[in-house]
Parts: sequence; C-alpha cells; structure tokens
Amino acid sequence: MPMAASEIERMIKTALPDAEVFITDLAGDGDHYRAQVISEAFRGKSRIQQHQMVYAALGGQVGGVLHALALETAPPETA
Amino acid sequence: MSDTQISNAIDRIKQDVAANDVLLFMKGTPNFPQCGFSGQVVKILGFLETPYKSVNVLEDPEIREGVKQYANWPTVPQLYVKGEFVGGCDIVREMFQSGELVGLLKSAGVPVKDAQQS
Repeated sequence: MPMAASEIERMIKTALPDAEVFITDLAGDGDHYRAQVISEAFRGKSRIQQHQMVYAALGGQVGGVLHALALETAPPETA
Repeated sequence: MSDTQISNAIDRIKQDVAANDVLLFMKGTPNFPQCGFSGQVVKILGFLETPYKSVNVLEDPEIREGVKQYANWPTVPQLYVKGEFVGGCDIVREMFQSGELVGLLKSAGVPVKDAQQS
C-alpha cells in the first residue's frame, strides 16, 4: 500500500522538528523511497541509533506499509 | 502468531547470533536473493570473500517477525558480526564504501579480502 512522500516527511519532522528531509521516490510506485535526513538529534549517535530514530518517527510503517525506505542520516556539518 | 512463538524464535535467533561470527538474515538465499536489498549485502560479502551463515526469513515467519523485535529494526536484511548487530543494507553499504566494514571484519578475526593490500 503506497504512502505519500509528503506524509513520510511530515512524520519525520513531527518527531525531529529541526530535521531537513529529502525524499526520492526510487521506483515511482509510492512504495520504494530514499530519505536523506539531517538533524542535530543524530549527533553522537551510532548509525544504527540514527536509523532507529527515523523508524520510530514513522511509527512502525517501515517494513509494513512501506516495503523499503533507503535511509541516509547525518547530523548537520559543523563549519 | 503468539508471543510464545515469537519468544521461541528470538531464543533461536540468539543461539544463531552467538554461534556464527558472521550471520545474515535475508530474504532468499545467497544464490537466489529474493529482494534487492538482501542481494546487495550478499554481493558485498561475496566481494570480500567473507564466509557467513545466512538465514532465509521467507522460510520461517516466526524468525521473520522475531528478528525485527530482536534488533529493534523493522526490515531485513540484517547483518551480525560477532554477536553485534551491524545494520541493514544502507549501513552495510556505507561501511563497505568507507572501508569500515573491512576493519570491523578484520578486528573480529574473520577472513576478509582486503582489496587495498592485494
């Protein structure tokens, strides 16, 4: 069952208000997305923890409604 | 699926994770991956010539549900090295590209082909 990119972005931003979110629909089917998420909340966290935070933000949709969400996460670069 | 079935599956997962230095939960088999994300991890481990045990979650619904709870991770594939959850396809690919995966496997004492030295 497809899920709109705007809904993914909204859910991530609800949990991580400072996040910059870039979503790409990989297959054009509303079911395979790539999300790049930048948030200060990721600083000092392992990659696994960063991805778990995004999965939690999406409230159990990944692996269910969303077949796959390719994730890239990082804290903002400090200049 | 009952809680007992899931908790039995998690016990089996724990045993497998403890007994295998490199363990991959995947959809399909290394010869016939049934999902592109599982296939990518298979290719990376194949490139590194690292021996590993794979578990096909499509053959076992209880394991398929159990690994999600065990790692607090909603998707398959899942790679474990020396009992530690390393990540899914994205993390494994990033670590492969950065060289961290080779470092991790080496420090775990697992056979790995280091392209930079050959």
